[in-house]
Amino acid sequence: MEVSMTVNGSPRTDSVEPRLLLVHYLREVAGLTGTNIGCDTSSCGACTVLVDGESVKSCTMLALQADGAEITTIEGLADGDELHPMQEAFREHHGLQCGYCTPGMVMAAVSLLKEIPDPTEAQVREGLEGNLCRCTGYHNIVQAILAAAKAPARAAS
Amino acid sequence: MTAVEAAPRAGGVLGTRLRRREDPALLTGEARFVADLQVPGTLHAAFARSSVAHARIAAVDLSVARSMPGVVAAYSGADLSDEWSPLPCAWPVTADMKSPVHLPLAVGKVNYVGDALAVVVATSEYAARDAADAVVVDYEPLPAVVDLEDALSDRVVIHEDLGTNSSYTWELNPDQGAVDSAFAAAAHVVSARYVQQRLIPAAMEPRGVLVVPQPFGGDYTIYSATQIPHILKVMLALTAGVEETRLRVVAPSVGGGFGSKLNVYAEEVAALVLARKLRAPVRWVEERSEGAQSTIQGRGQVQHIELAAAADGRVTAVRVRLIADMGAYLQLVTPGVPLLGAFLYSGVYDVPAYSFSCTAVFTNKTPTDAYRGAGRPEATYAIERAMDALAAEVGVEPVEIRRRNFIPPEAFPYSSVAGLVYDSGNFVGALDKAVGLAGYEQLRADQARRREAGDRVQLGIGVSSYFEMCGLAPSRVLASLNYSAGGWEAATVRVLPTGKVQVVTGTAPHGQGHETSWAMIAADRLGISPEDVDVLHSDTAIAPYGMDTYGSRSLAVGGTAVHLATERVLDKARSIAAHQLEVAEEDLDYAAGAFSVRGTPEKAMPLAGIAFEAFTAHNLPEGMEPNLEASTHWDPPNFTFPFGTHIAVVEVDTETGAVRLVRYIAVDDCGNQVNPLIVEGQIHGGIVQGAAQALWEDAAYDADGNLLSASLMDYLVPSAAEVPSFETGSTVTPSPTNPLGVKGVGEAGTIGSAPAVLNAVVDALSPFGVPDITMPATPERVWRAIREAQEARK
Ligand code: FES
Ligand code: FES
Repeated sequence: MEVSMTVNGSPRTDSVEPRLLLVHYLREVAGLTGTNIGCDTSSCGACTVLVDGESVKSCTMLALQADGAEITTIEGLADGDELHPMQEAFREHHGLQCGYCTPGMVMAAVSLLKEIPDPTEAQVREGLEGNLCRCTGYHNIVQAILAAAKAPARAAS
Repeated sequence: MTAVEAAPRAGGVLGTRLRRREDPALLTGEARFVADLQVPGTLHAAFARSSVAHARIAAVDLSVARSMPGVVAAYSGADLSDEWSPLPCAWPVTADMKSPVHLPLAVGKVNYVGDALAVVVATSEYAARDAADAVVVDYEPLPAVVDLEDALSDRVVIHEDLGTNSSYTWELNPDQGAVDSAFAAAAHVVSARYVQQRLIPAAMEPRGVLVVPQPFGGDYTIYSATQIPHILKVMLALTAGVEETRLRVVAPSVGGGFGSKLNVYAEEVAALVLARKLRAPVRWVEERSEGAQSTIQGRGQVQHIELAAAADGRVTAVRVRLIADMGAYLQLVTPGVPLLGAFLYSGVYDVPAYSFSCTAVFTNKTPTDAYRGAGRPEATYAIERAMDALAAEVGVEPVEIRRRNFIPPEAFPYSSVAGLVYDSGNFVGALDKAVGLAGYEQLRADQARRREAGDRVQLGIGVSSYFEMCGLAPSRVLASLNYSAGGWEAATVRVLPTGKVQVVTGTAPHGQGHETSWAMIAADRLGISPEDVDVLHSDTAIAPYGMDTYGSRSLAVGGTAVHLATERVLDKARSIAAHQLEVAEEDLDYAAGAFSVRGTPEKAMPLAGIAFEAFTAHNLPEGMEPNLEASTHWDPPNFTFPFGTHIAVVEVDTETGAVRLVRYIAVDDCGNQVNPLIVEGQIHGGIVQGAAQALWEDAAYDADGNLLSASLMDYLVPSAAEVPSFETGSTVTPSPTNPLGVKGVGEAGTIGSAPAVLNAVVDALSPFGVPDITMPATPERVWRAIREAQEARK
């Protein structure tokens, strides 16, 4: 079946199996392997992308359900050579180690600040509940997001 | 403090909070993990696995699977038995250790739920998985052996040819008489039984492997999500019968390991064999729920620990007896894990008498193996829980019982009763600092207030002073433990003709930031910017020798190798500079990346210039080889011994049993720190893994051998919402074992934290008279413990 969507600003149309998950579409059809897969129960958040600006676990959605949507993946976040402020904040605060959870974590963080521009630590922690990281113990991820919220360049933009 | 930009200044980069060079690729999706690699014509493998814990296989019917769309081939274990030999176990801890044959695909019998028994290869991942689900197996079920003490009884013997479920008994018993007389004379005796539940390592990247053959050239490139590309290459050559020179193993970006990728797995051997047979690239990527059973699990011990103590609480002897759960088979280092803890059950204490014994048993469960800390968290948990029990018995504060027993700073190097020489330590220093950071007195006052008021939510404060051995090496000591590999590490440092530096390391990072830290080590010595140093690793074609990354060994062994190779490069550069400047070597100074003549600083040669001279080789000292490059294989003289004190603060709701970790204070001493940013990150992550064992995670099995927590919905890996921010500090006691004075930090957080958190939970409940809670301290267990203690008091 045919599906059309805009991925990181570029419109595309592909013919896909009806059961193809959005995450597999992005990785295998669109060739954007930055979005990772960490589970088969929608528990880990490694696959988080923005669908029409909202953070969504892309393993919980069929590619067909995203027909007509605007998708942003981790590859679409940086502005040319400039890292997005949230990516910068993660780097500055050592919010990643192996980096496997990172694309999903960064997308979730961008969406979190869009919803709550000046969150408390507790709100950041609650907001990240659906994203697991096995390396960092979350401490520096939380620091990075709090710092990004304070940064002059709006990290949620 | 925040990170700094790459220091452009000369030298002095060690100890700075340099931001990681690994990050941009990982933050933008540019990094490539195994599952991201796309090779045209790749076939996808999926495994059919046993759905029962223990059974004879009457028949495997592949006919439906073979007929499904996209399926290229399907094989049972019997179909491939000529293609491979059994999977390796590299740690036969005793001469008479019993080790079952462990084939990549089971033949005749399955021994745990998840045991692979057939493989399907198809043109897509979806097709391969559908077909694997269509494999029909006719089982003749046998009773499952799940409980460790039951396994010891040999009521049901899993591997009939071995005649017993006991794999080995290993003892460390320097002076039994001393132990017996200490117990006979003891004023206090503590006797405890602790259970180390099994844990699922749950690295966020599942395992995966892609084998790309060149059918006519005969070469294979194996991309694997592994911590051990070098060891894997040797083992694949041996198990699949391919010449080692035909194999190249690459670990691309690897998404965490924690020991779970320190192995030689059935799927890796199978992918290689299938690529050989089908003459096509073959790929397998693990599903999370599949991995819960097909990837090794950690811990799995029943611990009996006894302390003898004098009236003032000074420990006079420690006696330990373990039963260790091997699971159904021995993986790469399964039997050795309890031995890594065997030397540490006397903890940070000056204990004069010690005995240890461990009996390892087979069960119908997923094999266990090294998981972050491997033996050492278990040992630390037992001694640190027992020390709290002793404090209660003697009637002193947990902090005080530790102070009375610490090995004093002036006693180092210290020969332990278990036979190790501890390199350096200042246990009381770390404890004092942690107590200060925590505001310990204030916490105790707060606790007393809540107790007095009979608050529903009680406060618990838990202390743990840990100690561990890491930097695995020295090879000769590993030999005495029957470990079948060395512990050295390799490094090459080369200054290229343009002056840029390449470091080649045998370590295999998967989150630890070696590219940043190794660049810092070389740059610091060379007096150049770390930006000018590139670090190559995790590819056996680039780094021919290596012992890989596990056991907190990489910095103490691999980092030191980088330092030593850099020294050699500088020595050679000095000879070239002296030759060309026509002065004696002793008359040269080296600073900011250049040699200059003492007293005549305008006579100078920068490192880049020397490298170019070495490259052209037009004018080198007589007999000197061209190029500015040096290699080393460093085998340290001893382990390194990091230590620290952790303090956990919990709130326990005495009505619901719910435990909340509210504060966590960690003071760690890993010797000199190369990059404190990275050190802290390792500690943070380690704390959460240990706290998770104490409070949430449990790979529990039912009586039939079914794993009850096979997905991330049931296996409670904590999220950010479950843990607080951490208050960390450090002390610095350099290790005399290596010239960098470093110790290692990869496992320290995990080793210190489980006992700190459990001690805090038990501390909160002490007014109720609850002596112990089995991990994980779930609300139900805590609630029951309170109720039972109340009943008992009526
Ligand atoms: S892969 Fe989507 S939530 Fe885990
Ligand atoms: S950085 Fe490794 S899982 Fe988050």
